[in-house]
Amino acid sequence: MVDVRSGIGEAVPPAEVEDVELYHPHSWWTRYVFSQDAKVIAIQYATTAIAIGMVALVLSWLMRLQLGFPDTFTFIDAERYYQFITMHGMIMVIYLLTALFLGGFGNYLIPLMVGARDMVFPYANMLSYWIYLLAVLVLVASFFAPGGPTGAGWTLYPPQAILSNTPGGKDWGIILMLSSLIIFIIGFTMGGLNYVVTVLQGRARGMTLMRMPLTVWGIVTATVMALLAFPALFVACVMMLFDRLLGTSFFMPAIAEMGEQLQYGGGSPILFQHLFWFFGHPEVYIVALPAFGIVSDLISTHARKNIFGYRMMVWAIVVIGGLSMVVWAHHMYVSGMNPYFGFFFATTTLIIAVPTAIKVYNWVLTLWRGNIHLTLPMLFALAFIVTFVNGGLTGLFLGNVVVDVPLSDTMFVVAHFHMVMGVAPILVIFGAIYHWYPKITGRMLNEALGQLHFWITFLGSYAIFFPMHYVGLVGVPRRYHDLGEAAFVPESVHSLNAFISVAALIVGAAQIVFLFNLVWSLRHGREAGGNPWRATTLEWQTPETPPPHGNWGKELPVVYRWAYDYSVPGAPEDFIPQNQPAPGRVSHEAAS
Amino acid sequence: MAVVVILVLLAAGSVLFHLLSPWWWTPIASNWNYIDNTLIITFWITGFVFVAVVLFTAYCVFRFRHRPGNQAAYEPENKRLEGWLAVSTTVGVIAMLAPGLFVWNQFITVPAAATEVEVVGQQWLWSFRLPGADGKLGTSETRDVAPENSLGLNRNDAATLDDVIIEGGELHLPVGKPVKVLLRSVDVLHDFYVPEFRAKMDMVPGMVTYFWFTPTRTGTFEILCAELCGVGHPQMRGTVVVDTEADYQTWLAEQQTFSQLTASSDDSPKAVTVVASSAQ
Repeated sequence: MVDVRSGIGEAVPPAEVEDVELYHPHSWWTRYVFSQDAKVIAIQYATTAIAIGMVALVLSWLMRLQLGFPDTFTFIDAERYYQFITMHGMIMVIYLLTALFLGGFGNYLIPLMVGARDMVFPYANMLSYWIYLLAVLVLVASFFAPGGPTGAGWTLYPPQAILSNTPGGKDWGIILMLSSLIIFIIGFTMGGLNYVVTVLQGRARGMTLMRMPLTVWGIVTATVMALLAFPALFVACVMMLFDRLLGTSFFMPAIAEMGEQLQYGGGSPILFQHLFWFFGHPEVYIVALPAFGIVSDLISTHARKNIFGYRMMVWAIVVIGGLSMVVWAHHMYVSGMNPYFGFFFATTTLIIAVPTAIKVYNWVLTLWRGNIHLTLPMLFALAFIVTFVNGGLTGLFLGNVVVDVPLSDTMFVVAHFHMVMGVAPILVIFGAIYHWYPKITGRMLNEALGQLHFWITFLGSYAIFFPMHYVGLVGVPRRYHDLGEAAFVPESVHSLNAFISVAALIVGAAQIVFLFNLVWSLRHGREAGGNPWRATTLEWQTPETPPPHGNWGKELPVVYRWAYDYSVPGAPEDFIPQNQPAPGRVSHEAAS
Repeated sequence: MAVVVILVLLAAGSVLFHLLSPWWWTPIASNWNYIDNTLIITFWITGFVFVAVVLFTAYCVFRFRHRPGNQAAYEPENKRLEGWLAVSTTVGVIAMLAPGLFVWNQFITVPAAATEVEVVGQQWLWSFRLPGADGKLGTSETRDVAPENSLGLNRNDAATLDDVIIEGGELHLPVGKPVKVLLRSVDVLHDFYVPEFRAKMDMVPGMVTYFWFTPTRTGTFEILCAELCGVGHPQMRGTVVVDTEADYQTWLAEQQTFSQLTASSDDSPKAVTVVASSAQ
């Protein structure tokens, strides 16, 4: 049997290349604004993502007000409602989750966790952020453009996305949305190449791939997927922009709109759906895999126990990443595509359940015989397990082609994807912020505020999305501004909708507590020290906290062991840092 | 410790909600009981897994929570356990997928006896067409849509002339006879959705999609649009009435054919040509 702990105490090969001189900033502007330091870029990414995320939060309040209390808020008319849901969805998926996991956590954690001084291409990394910011500004501009933002739904399905009965279809909305996505993808590509190359080329001596923390595995696999999947969206956006502005017909067949013949002909709306979901499904895992990686490290650290089945966890991440490129059409079972595709895509989709389930087993088996500290990161990790299992299991309904038929386009789908790729990854983001904030700022976040934030967010979002599945089961379609009268919908569903809306308002408000905590603790938080969680991974072993430009001072760290030497029998402490040489070797050999 | 109690309550609460809440699907009115059954199998399997994982997590937190002097075990891997879990998960997945694919095969295999009915979607109206006396639907083309020919039917196709047209009215279907529903849109995506029939399918401009079902009980059912089609999406409603054979024939006799409709309309065929050529 191959021992995953192998390599402990092995001779580390000498450095083959000289340590490259870093670019050093010369002014306040190049240090904090046009910075090439991955850590500063990470904070810029995270701040921007959270700021635009707050816009999405307010939009979700508005849409829930309309759904819970129709006819009460007259300013939320159908046009505005569709604009709100579209912008909410797109912001959350792309501009918040993707940007925060890859641009935020990726930038901060990859160089520190693999023992590099910075990203391999710092200048491109800086550009990546500024281009992302431009994409966000273009997106925000659509709120102020004539006609407002697009209301085509976040999937932007043509033909309606560029026709006059959809908000923003004939105005600026759809143009700005497509432009913003194109800009985002350009910016992301610069960052994404950096993350991959840094992991492949920038690791410290001794940091073999199979010694990397799962956080890095999750982020880098997600990045590879994004680099492969985003081009499909890029192409789709460019083509739709041509259809809208130049009168081409890539996605536009002959159309008679309100009885009037349009100048389009010969295009395929389904082609857009294939391109969109070729990006869109991997996107789910682009968000999920970093969350998988991070939560593994949170559970391991706070349960003081090695992650169970590390190699299986790595392979599960890689296999999920690969499979997720060939399941996209499960979003299209009732799209009118060739029905025989259903057999293939249902099978690939359900196969993904196996590596995903293995990950869940390994998380809970890491808890088994652990020494569980119920810190805030651990609480969020536990909440993630519950939420993710719930959302993942309902995916087995929707992935299983024939079961999807009655449920597709109902609120069941909305409940499912919010649970699995909304709430679950966001719980990990919170856990990760509570976990790494001390490294980023040198201070701990306030525990009492954190507990308040945790309980409201976890139980509140479960109260929102668990009952929502049953609204869909009744048959209520999604994307209805106003359900009105429908014989199959009992009156009680309206009460349930009102309940869900109240829960959504409360959960949203709880995020203000979190933001306050982030700001307040900057000055008033308890001093953290360099390694408050007594963790093994390299980012906690920096000579200074917060780590300065260049991360490591004079000497780069040398890695002697995997990332999970917690509670090694015989060791003096219940953790052995990855860069600690001899004593661990003795204790390990004593144990085996 | 609060977290242990809450995890247990959450698992129990979810099961009780499922069993006791009044929110369940509307009674079925088609032959797709199989879909409902597969869905119920999936509920049982996934529900069991959910409760098991949450309770196991709660137990771990209770049993292995930090107390002074505790130390975690050191166990990087356990191949037997990992293999066993992978295999049993695969079995569970097959138990759900196999009936799913079996029913899907039925879903896409239209019985030869099925009669064709066409549903046409446009913002935000449902129209219907029945084959008429010759049992065949005539051809159609979005390019031919014009004020007096809102479905874009081909006047030169003999099969079109006797087609029965119902614009914005009710669709009637005879109970117990399989129907192949041909779906067409002349503008944007729509989706023909009758919750009681379970089946649904998108309507895509430029192509004809389909599904089939057999209505199993008489009654009046609501048609909704299930694919976002612009600001009027929620208002795009229609009605389908499932009749006994006798009632169906009575209703059918009252409907107008395409040739009757065009004869009664005042528009000359010239107007059509003008609109169509201006679109070139």
